[in-house]
Amino acid sequence: MTVLDHRPTTPVPPWLPDATGPRTDPAPLLPDHTPVRVLGTPALAKYDPELLRDLYRRLVIGRRYNQQATTLTKQGRLAVYPSSTGQEACEVAAATVLRAEDWLFPSYRDTLAVVGRGVDPLAALTLLRGSAHTGYDPLATRTAPLCTPLATQAPHAVGLAHAARLRGESVVALAMLGDGGTSEGDFHEALNFAAVLNAPVVFLVQNNGYAISVPLTKQSAAPSLAHKAVGYGMPGRLVDGNDAVAVHEVLAEAMDRARNGGGPTLVEALTYRLDAHTNADDATRYRESEEVEAWREHDPLTLMERHLRAAGVLDDALVAQATEQAEALAATMRAEFHAEPELDPLSLFQHVYAEPTPQLREQAEQLAAELAAEAGA
Amino acid sequence: MAQALNAALRDEMRADPMVHLLGEDVGALGGVFRITDGLTAEFGADRCLDTPLAEAGILGTAIGMAMYGLRPVVEMQFDAFAYPAMEQLVSHVAKMRNRTAGRLALPITVRIPYGGGIGGVEHHSDSSEAYYASTPGLHVVTPATVDDAYGLLRASIASDDPVIFLEPKRLYWSKAELNTSAATEPIGRAVLRRPGNSAVLITYGPSLPVCLEAAEAAKAEGWDLAVLDLRSLVPFDDATVAEVVRSVGRAVVVHESTGFGGIGAEIAARVTERCFHHLAAPVLRVTGFDIPYPPPMLEHHHLPGVDRILDAVAKLQWED
Repeated sequence: MTVLDHRPTTPVPPWLPDATGPRTDPAPLLPDHTPVRVLGTPALAKYDPELLRDLYRRLVIGRRYNQQATTLTKQGRLAVYPSSTGQEACEVAAATVLRAEDWLFPSYRDTLAVVGRGVDPLAALTLLRGSAHTGYDPLATRTAPLCTPLATQAPHAVGLAHAARLRGESVVALAMLGDGGTSEGDFHEALNFAAVLNAPVVFLVQNNGYAISVPLTKQSAAPSLAHKAVGYGMPGRLVDGNDAVAVHEVLAEAMDRARNGGGPTLVEALTYRLDAHTNADDATRYRESEEVEAWREHDPLTLMERHLRAAGVLDDALVAQATEQAEALAATMRAEFHAEPELDPLSLFQHVYAEPTPQLREQAEQLAAELAAEAGA
Repeated sequence: MAQALNAALRDEMRADPMVHLLGEDVGALGGVFRITDGLTAEFGADRCLDTPLAEAGILGTAIGMAMYGLRPVVEMQFDAFAYPAMEQLVSHVAKMRNRTAGRLALPITVRIPYGGGIGGVEHHSDSSEAYYASTPGLHVVTPATVDDAYGLLRASIASDDPVIFLEPKRLYWSKAELNTSAATEPIGRAVLRRPGNSAVLITYGPSLPVCLEAAEAAKAEGWDLAVLDLRSLVPFDDATVAEVVRSVGRAVVVHESTGFGGIGAEIAARVTERCFHHLAAPVLRVTGFDIPYPPPMLEHHHLPGVDRILDAVAKLQWED
């Protein structure tokens, strides 16, 4: 017997349930080691050309949005922007699998998914502009605030999905995370709760290779992040995160499973952020340009255009139309961010409690007096 | 008091089907202090949910439930076990209304048995109220009487804002006739438990009975001590506190949590700012020592008792 052999040397006590038998058969839970791909495979032919064109159009607009937002940071119009350039396939696919009644729980890099959900593109940027925390109505759009603490929105998704099911409503919650977020305790607690409650939740991990500067190899020793699902008793799926059709396919299947009572799924999308973590960070300090260039060859936008043209569902006219829409949005963003936002200092005290405490009333009066003095001076 | 808390939960659950309980051991066991006793039997396992053992997960799940219209009541088993949920509490529970400009409120009640004096071993006797009270967006309340345990818990669950409901463990076994028909006091009002004109003891939660006992003992010294029960730390009842201090002129703040940077420091500062010309002496504090909570065989040295309170009262410079 070696030290690595953990087989029990004594019989399992009879008062325990069959301690050696798994509660769930792990085989169907195990992720396939090959990421799911659709682009460049015969499977592409089965997809509705309208869906394919819609995904393409969203990719073009998303890329332009990322570029314009990054430019706005250089002009000082936006405080910070965590670009999702290179990851747009995950962002747009997430938006297309959600029904109106479903909820999205985005992280700070997921502005494109939020916009894809129907949130006003400028309202989605107030957090990053620094003018307001959440510029949109989470209830009206069924989109949670962009979450900055890592993975803390994941248990919210579980609780909301659980509550919706208790109330007899067919709602699926989609929580979006990064590879770094999978190291956080809240990620693990959320997965465990989701599996135990059989909650209709889908976790989408966009594995873009780096948590700011720390590569995945220093983040996790698991064979894949999708493998983490197995220990919780839920299926893990691995998908090419730069293949918008494949991400749509895998997410849609997971959403359907959840909607039909099948419980949660963990999806790992293998992708890459071509830009730095944010405009504030220098990616050349921690990764080689060869690596970045290699991923550029696998750019989700060019990949999509090449394969859709080859399949005959995309032509010059549609490409021009999408580009025109993207330019129009970029122009709107520039115009809006050129103007100074109107901010009310006294709103600081309005939404701390349903009714301000006596202490907040006093402080609001103090600020009002200061403003009046400034105005008079 | 434990039964009053149980009755408050039951009555709120009967009154509002959106009220859901969740936490570790709240189901079949009825909670380690039996506060949720019988609630699963009456309302089912969905409304009184036994969760996996993970406090961040419990509170994070409650946030999502509140986002979908439920009114979750979370039980944290012991004071120090609530710390893993601090990020969910501080970053999300306290801030969600503010983050969403009032569009998304989280009517969550977090029940936390707190404080010492029951011989609990390490990590079972913390007084963590200062952490919660210094987090904007949270209400922090703590009952000291059986009626308040009932009334304040119902008011907390009915509140549209998140409430940290601190249950003084050592008062769980305190006994009194529960008057459920008494009008529920809104959160945020202090109440004078005992009038007096020599000095006022300002206190809350587990230290209230100690202060009442001290006031009784003080009669032998010829001192007539008032005792003020804060009941709510946030919002803080500046008006009542200032009114009582001005009428008496001398004040001692008493609580069992550590003194440095604590609630007593805040109260002493507020009282001084508002009542300076009415004070015949500095506002003093009687608190636990600034130490990690001690082993239970030594806790009686740490917890403010009658003698330490009377020593402080004696220091209030009686010659005007």
